Formats: sequence, structure tokens, C-alpha cells
Amino acid sequence: MEQTPVTEYKIPERNFLNETKGIKSWLLTLDHKRIGILYLISVMSAFFAGGIFALLIRLELISPAKEFLTADGYNQVFTLHGAIMIFMFIIPSIPAAFGNFVMPLMIGAKDVAFPRLNLASWYIYLIGAGFALYAIFSGGIDTGWTFYTPYSTSTSTAVIPMTFGVFVMGFSSIFTGLNFVVTIHKLRAPGMTWFKMPLFVWGIYATALIQVLATPVLGITLALLIVERFAGIGIFDPAMGGDPVLFQHFFWFYSHPAVYIMILPGMAIISELIAAFSHRHIFGYKFIAFSSLGIAFTGFLVWGHHMFVAGQSDLAAVIFSFITFFVGIPSGIKIFNWITTMYKGSISLKAPMLWAIAFLLEFSIGGFTGVVLGTLSIDVHLHDTYFVVAHFHYVMVGGTVMALFGGLHYWWPKIWGRMYNETLAAIAAVLVFIGFNVTFFVQFIMGSQGMPRRYYTYLPQFEGMHGFSSIGSLIMAVGFFLIGGYLIYAIFKGKPSGPNPWKALTMEWETTSPPPTGNFDVTPQLRHGPYDYDKVVAKNVVPEYMHEH
Amino acid sequence: MSGRIDNLFDFILWASVILFAIVAISTIYFAIRYRRHGDIARTTPYIENLGLEITWTIIPFILLMVIFVWGIRDFLRLHIIPAQATEIKVTGQKWFWSFSYLDGPSTVGELIVPVNKPIKLLMSSQDVIHSFYVPDFRIKMDVLPNRYTVTWFEAVHTGEFQLYCTEFCGKGHSEMLGKVKVLPQDEFKKWLETSSGPQEGQTLEEYGASLFVKKACVTCHSTDGSKNVGPTFLGLMGRSEVLKSGQTIVVDENYLRESMLNPMAKVVVGYDPVMPPFQGILKSVDIDGLIAYIKSLEK
Amino acid sequence: MSTSTSHPTHLAHHFADPQQQKDSAKLGTWVFLLTEVLLFGGLFCFYSIYRSWNPDMFYNAHKFLDVALGTTNTVVLIVSSLTMALAIRSMQLGNRKQTIWFLVATVLLAATFMLIKYFEYTHKIHLGQLPGKWYTFEGIAGSNPHIFFSAYFLMTGLHGIHVLGGIGLIIWLIIRTGKGEFSPEYYTPIEMTGLYWHLVDLIWIFLFALFYLIG
Repeated sequence: MEQTPVTEYKIPERNFLNETKGIKSWLLTLDHKRIGILYLISVMSAFFAGGIFALLIRLELISPAKEFLTADGYNQVFTLHGAIMIFMFIIPSIPAAFGNFVMPLMIGAKDVAFPRLNLASWYIYLIGAGFALYAIFSGGIDTGWTFYTPYSTSTSTAVIPMTFGVFVMGFSSIFTGLNFVVTIHKLRAPGMTWFKMPLFVWGIYATALIQVLATPVLGITLALLIVERFAGIGIFDPAMGGDPVLFQHFFWFYSHPAVYIMILPGMAIISELIAAFSHRHIFGYKFIAFSSLGIAFTGFLVWGHHMFVAGQSDLAAVIFSFITFFVGIPSGIKIFNWITTMYKGSISLKAPMLWAIAFLLEFSIGGFTGVVLGTLSIDVHLHDTYFVVAHFHYVMVGGTVMALFGGLHYWWPKIWGRMYNETLAAIAAVLVFIGFNVTFFVQFIMGSQGMPRRYYTYLPQFEGMHGFSSIGSLIMAVGFFLIGGYLIYAIFKGKPSGPNPWKALTMEWETTSPPPTGNFDVTPQLRHGPYDYDKVVAKNVVPEYMHEH
Repeated sequence: MSGRIDNLFDFILWASVILFAIVAISTIYFAIRYRRHGDIARTTPYIENLGLEITWTIIPFILLMVIFVWGIRDFLRLHIIPAQATEIKVTGQKWFWSFSYLDGPSTVGELIVPVNKPIKLLMSSQDVIHSFYVPDFRIKMDVLPNRYTVTWFEAVHTGEFQLYCTEFCGKGHSEMLGKVKVLPQDEFKKWLETSSGPQEGQTLEEYGASLFVKKACVTCHSTDGSKNVGPTFLGLMGRSEVLKSGQTIVVDENYLRESMLNPMAKVVVGYDPVMPPFQGILKSVDIDGLIAYIKSLEK
Repeated sequence: MSTSTSHPTHLAHHFADPQQQKDSAKLGTWVFLLTEVLLFGGLFCFYSIYRSWNPDMFYNAHKFLDVALGTTNTVVLIVSSLTMALAIRSMQLGNRKQTIWFLVATVLLAATFMLIKYFEYTHKIHLGQLPGKWYTFEGIAGSNPHIFFSAYFLMTGLHGIHVLGGIGLIIWLIIRTGKGEFSPEYYTPIEMTGLYWHLVDLIWIFLFALFYLIG
């Protein structure tokens, strides 16, 4: 066995972090890497806020009696947990933070196509978040993140500022998507054809398509809701000839594709992690690439599966169920392909890979339970119960959040040039894994026994399971706080990692860590595919041909 | 019917368990078996395998289609209502359920039905969207304003079964519960005939006390002095109350009767105007009983 | 390391060459227009549903729209699309003055459109033909006539906002042209604004047909 020589790495003297200094140079930056970091700070703050609301929910639900929230207070807390996590955290998260930072590097570009639009997108996000914050402090909101009418048009809480905030944040999402579509089409390095792109880029591209096509419909839906509320024009009011179920159709036409905006970037990261940490060419590249597009397309056709008991026609229900089953297949293909990639690989169980494995296990459970819910007869029983809550947490947290944290641990050395404490990282990953499953697995059981959603109090037979679930949430919280601790510590005091500590083959690793402001010192030439681990051995250095002459 | 649904659920459950076991075991096995030792070297050459890809596209597809068709058949059975079903009107409103029988009484919070007879529920809401859910029967249907939705069931066992509201409807959503009481057919007939007024041997006060629970007053009014959504009934009779209009009144029988039938007329200051009207739900004898009960709750 | 021999001032640093920049601008604009189509699409959907539920009322209500004014507005916008296209052509030929004239003509036509809409709106307000709960007009047979006017004001209103946005964009173009920022080698912003303007025109044509020409 070869002894790996211990190399001391140095942070490059001039890099994108220190090239220009001062708060103005960050707030007015046009550098996609800095914008990515600005977004990262914003979405992780949102994750923290949404997480606090989650803890409040679980603490209140420890017993059926009132712990510290009134029923109205509880309704506000679960609405805010949902709205913040979905609109302020998970939808922007991976695309805006990592899509921005990593994607141009991966395709060998200097920046995204429209850097000023990119910065504007971040400010638009902040303005929208500002309205949402204003809503929280001026009456709050208690409609559930789904804003169903007529409750949302008649409640006295601050619906208009909140929905307007979400409306504004929608534009941030649209412009980010637009930027990425154009960047991926037009700014790839010479030689990088579509099928030589890393799968992360394919995932971001499919996501961007959905962002661009679906979000305007959310915009018009929320605008109609706002107009209905202050002008009473009657679109959703049955007494005036309107239809509350129409709201549900409009809302889910966006919000179903939205869940694919949430998961596709996560899957995109998993492709990178599995390949890099198995050190093996990804199995079935084309199938994975096309499955992303397939999911994006079919995702637009299944919105009615949220409305099987809403009073729509039986024929509609049957059609929606049918197409819903199709969506499961591309996701299944990905899982099988990823596992096959690990076969006869050279697997490193560093932190990013632990998160990837958590994803494989948890997302699978989420996926299977999606099949359960897509089955018409069973959904009648399980709709609006804790089974649904467990399902979407398994795919959104067990899926996307695991992938996000895997990506954080993978690209942290690229962003800061420094490595975090590997032991703490492993402990935190295990804590979150255990905590997550303790919290949510039991909710499948509760749901199938009839425990409804959005309940402030509940029948005594569910107390044991609720208590167990709440303990899990505390374990998860500890894990997440630990991660925040050692990652932030690593920014300042971590050991310099070198340009390519994972010896991966995608292009972002062929420049320094942290990268220079212009990303690459020379225009990158594609010398090998992103997964040619069977042909090329990478080292933790910037490749020879990348050095300036 | 619920047996059929459970069978499908179990089928999917076991198929998922098997598939998950394959996923989990292979993942963990590969992670250990192919663990990296020492420094990086080139790994084994990449070979495409279209056959494998197609296999695990086709097999899940077939499995899913089986599940889909099975689910459809059960779903349609749920939605095709037998012609001879007895119809009961269900009304959902914040935050209780009321039921009325074609030529019979109306009940609050309790759906009383005969065993082994198909029952059709014709449902609508007085305000926002609610959802009628009886887990033991595996039925659920949203209840909408200005529209009717329908569902049906046939109970094959007697007993009491839990009813939930399962579409978020505000403050009292988690307390909008009810019970489905399935009686033997002869008992049900008897109940239908004798369901109004104090029962044999019951005083008017006791009748009122039973209504206090049956008609869901207990959801918002306490009897021990504590403030709830509505004022406490303890010592209510003869109490001096200040109304939102600024007027002061003394609680008497007329005030009580008016507040039950038209609660918006004289709301006490410090309380939200959320009490639903019981016009059409409380008969005269019911109101008499409740007043007698309230009178008995002296401090 | 390669350096380009000429680095035009309008070329942004992150693009390899002017052609890549122009291609990106074009693709970006088309994607943006697609999002606009989806935004209006939701409203067109809303219109179709409510019209299918109240076909007679829609027919009766539409009679109160002034077809003459509507047709005038349609012609006005179509001509403005023409002047916009001619502005682009002028810059392709390097004629700065002519470009500005045509852009100004486009703004004036757009303003005319808004003026006519202003008259139509005030007339309706005067009659009480307003959306939703503000509707007070008597004399339209059919169920819930306020729905027609809800749809009318929502859709023409959103369209009007886009016309105003377009006016703002074109004024900005006029200023930039005056400063000499464009040339036959680089007039992409004018071209992209033109694409936007054509979409605004196209949406109006659909609105005109669906509201003014029913039956």
C-alpha cells in the first residue's frame, strides 16, 4: 500500500473571496460565486427560521393538551413553517446557491449569461422575503401554505402581504431559471457537448425549465387571490358565481411542478457525489439525463392528484392517477443507476457520501409511499393525514435536504479552500439520519390509523407516536446545529484543502480552491469526460494545461 | 370494502418492503465491499448495459400498472352509489358536523345509521371547505360551500366509529370531531321514532345536559367558570353582561333563546362573533331543555 | 492565452465574443416572452372557464364594449409594431435620427392606446360596470354579469401595465440611441424590445377578439 505523502496546501493569494474587499463589493457584486454565497446565507437563514417553527410544532404536539400555543397560534406556526421552508428555503436553495456557484465552473464558463439579472434576482428574493416578514409581524398568517379558498379569502390574518411576498419571490425563481437556461445553452466551454456535461448541469437545466414555465402560473394565482381578497370580485367565492376548487387547480398546477423544482437539483447533486465517491463512471448517463427531462415534463400533468377528494370528476381523477404512476419510473431508474455505479467502485465514505447514502435510503421510502398515495382508492383514506406529511418530508428532507448537505460538504473546500472536521461531520450526518427517521417514520403509521393533518390537538391513542416523533426532531436539531458550528469554523480555521481534495473529474476541480474571480486562468479545454474515472487519475493539483503561460 | 382497500395497501407495502430491502442491502453491501483502500487508482472500465436499464424500467412499469388498475376498480366502487341507499344530509361548518334525516330528526356531532344498509351522504358546507373522514370506513370527501359532494358507505359492524374533519378550517379544526354510531336495524328504527325531547325518566334539566354535549355547545362553552371561545355557563343565568354595542343586559330566558337562534344579535364584549346559528337545528323542546340546564349551573 | 484583437465596448467580459452575447440575449428574451405567455395563459384559462359556465351572460355583456374604439386600438397597436420594426431597420442601416423618430412614433401610438383605454375605463366606471362587488349596473341579462367585467378589467389591466412597461423601455432606448450607444454592429436591445412589443401587440389581438368580438 502506497504511503500518501502529507502535502501542505496553500490558499491562493488572490481569489474571488479577497480580490475586492468591503461590504459594497459583496452587495453590488456581479460574480456568480459571490451571488451564490449571498443566496446560501439567505436560504440557510430561512432554513433556520423554518426549523425553529418546526420545533415549535413538534414541542406543542408532544401531548394533546396545550403546551404553550393556542389553537390560533399553532395554526400560524404550521403555516409559517410550510411557507418559509417551501418558498424561502427549498425552492431557491440548491439552484440559487449551488447552481450559481458551481454550474458555470462545471461548464467552463466565466459567469452566467446575465450577471446583473442574477444580482437582481437576489434582491427580488430579499424584497419578497421582506413582505413575508412584514406579514408575520402584522397579524401573521394561518391558512396553511396552500392558501385554500374560501378560508384564505375570509380569514383576518395578513394574507395579502404574505402572498404578495411569495409572488415577488416567484420572480426571483423565474429569472434564475431564465439565466440558467441561457447559460447552459450558450456558454459551455469549447468541446463540451450536451452529453459531455456533468449530470449536475442536466439536473439544474431541467429544474430551470420548470422554474420558467410553472412559476408564472403561481404568480397569476396569487395575484387573483390578492384581488379577490381586497376587491371581492368573486372568482373563488361560490356566492358570487365563483369556484373555490378552481383555486386548487390553479395552485397545484404550479405547486406540483414545484416539487420537482425541489427534488431535481437534489438528484443532480447525488449523481455527482455517487460518481466522485465511488470513483466510477456513472452508470447509465443518458438515462439519468433524460429521466430529469422526463420528470420535468410529466410533472406538469399530474397536479390533480392533490385533489382526488376535492370534488373533481372521476374521469379526471383516473387520468391524474395514471400519469402520476409514470412519474415514479424515471426516479426509480435513477436510484438503480446510482447503486449500480457503486458496484465495483472505489468507495470513500467521507461526509458527502454519507449524505448521499442517506438520500438513497430515505428518498426510496419517500418514492414508494408516493406510489401508495397515487393509488386512487388508497389515497381516499390517506389524503390529508400524517401519511402525506411523512411522505413529503421523506422526499423533501430525506431527499433534497440530504442532497443539499451532501453538496455543502462536497463543495465547501472548493468555496473556501479549507476542509472541515471529518469526524464531527460523520457524527452530525448520523445524528440527522437517526433523528429524521425517528421523527417521520412513525408518522406513516399515525396517518394510516387516521391521524389528520394540521391538528392542534389529537385523540389520546396517538400520544405515544407523537411523543416519539418529537424526540426525533430534537435529535435532528442537534445534528443541524453541530453542522452549522463546524462548517462556519472551517471557513476561518479549517486546514487548506488544495484544489481537488476529492480527486474528482468535473471541471470545477480543475481550478484553484477558492477559484479566482474569473474562474479559470485560461479558457478551459475539455480533455476528458466528467466521469472518466476508468481512464484518468486526478491529483490534488491544478492540471498543467490550466496554468497561465 | 375497507378490506379490499387494505389488501391493495398491503400489496404495495410488501412490494415496497422487498424493493427497499434490495435498494438498502445493495447500497450498504457495495459501500462496504468496495471500500477504498489506500490511494486512488483507476477503477474498472465502464460498460454500458442497455438490457439492465430496460429491465428495470419495464418491471416497475408493469408493477405500477397492476397497482393502478387495482386502485381504479376499488375507487370506482367507492364512487358508484347503490340506487337504494338511504340519503342523509351532512352539513359541515366551523366547527361541527350536523346531520339531518329526510323525515326525521337532526343531530349534531353524531351520525346514527343502521347496520348493513347502504347510506348515501349528501354534503355541503356553510362556510369554508371541510372534509368528512371516517378512517374505519376508509371514506373521505371534501365538503364545499354552495355545492354538494357525495359519498356512501355500508357499515357491516355495529359500534362507534371516529369522524374527523380533515381539511384545515381554522381555529377549531382539530376539535371538529364526531362519531358514527352504527345501530342494529331495529334499534335504529326505534331511535328514529323517539329521538326528540327528554327520554323516559329524564328530567328537562338532564335532557338539556345531554344536549349540551350532543349539540356541541361544550366545544366552546365551559361549565366551570373558565373562559373559552364563548362565555362560561356557570352562573350565566341572571348575570350582567356588557355587549359589544356598549349596552348592558341581564341574562334571562329570552336572551338565551335569542343567542341560540341568532347569536350575532347580542355578542358579549371580549368574545369573537363566531357562534354559528342553531336555527333549524334546535327544536323548541331542545331550547327549553338547554335553558333548564343552564339555570341549574349556579355558582 | 488568447486575446481578441478588437474588444467592442458593448461586449460584456464574461462572453467570448459578440455573437455569443447576441445569441444569449435572443434566447433569454424568447424564454422571458414564454413566461409572459404563461402568465397571461392563466387568465385566458380563467376566461374560458367562466365563459363556458355563463355563455349567454358573456354575450350580453360584451355588447356594452365599444367595438369601434376596440378596433381603433387594435389598429393603433399593429401600426406601433410596424414603427418598432422600422426603428430596428433604421439602426441596421445606421440611421440614428430615423431610429429615434420611429421609436418616438411607437411611444406616441402606445400612448394613444392608453388614452383610448382611459376613456373606455372611465365610461364603465361611470356606468357602474365594475368588477366583483363594485358592480352596480343593471341591464345585462344572465347570471353574475360582474364576472365579465372582472375578467375584462383584470386582463386588459394586466395588458395595460405591460404597455406602460413597454413605453418605459422604449423611452430608455430613445435616450441610449441619442447617446450613440447603438450601431449596425450592435442594436440588440432595440431588437429585443421589439420582440417584447410584438408580444404585447399579439396579446391585445387575442383580448380584442375574446372581449369585443364574441358571437
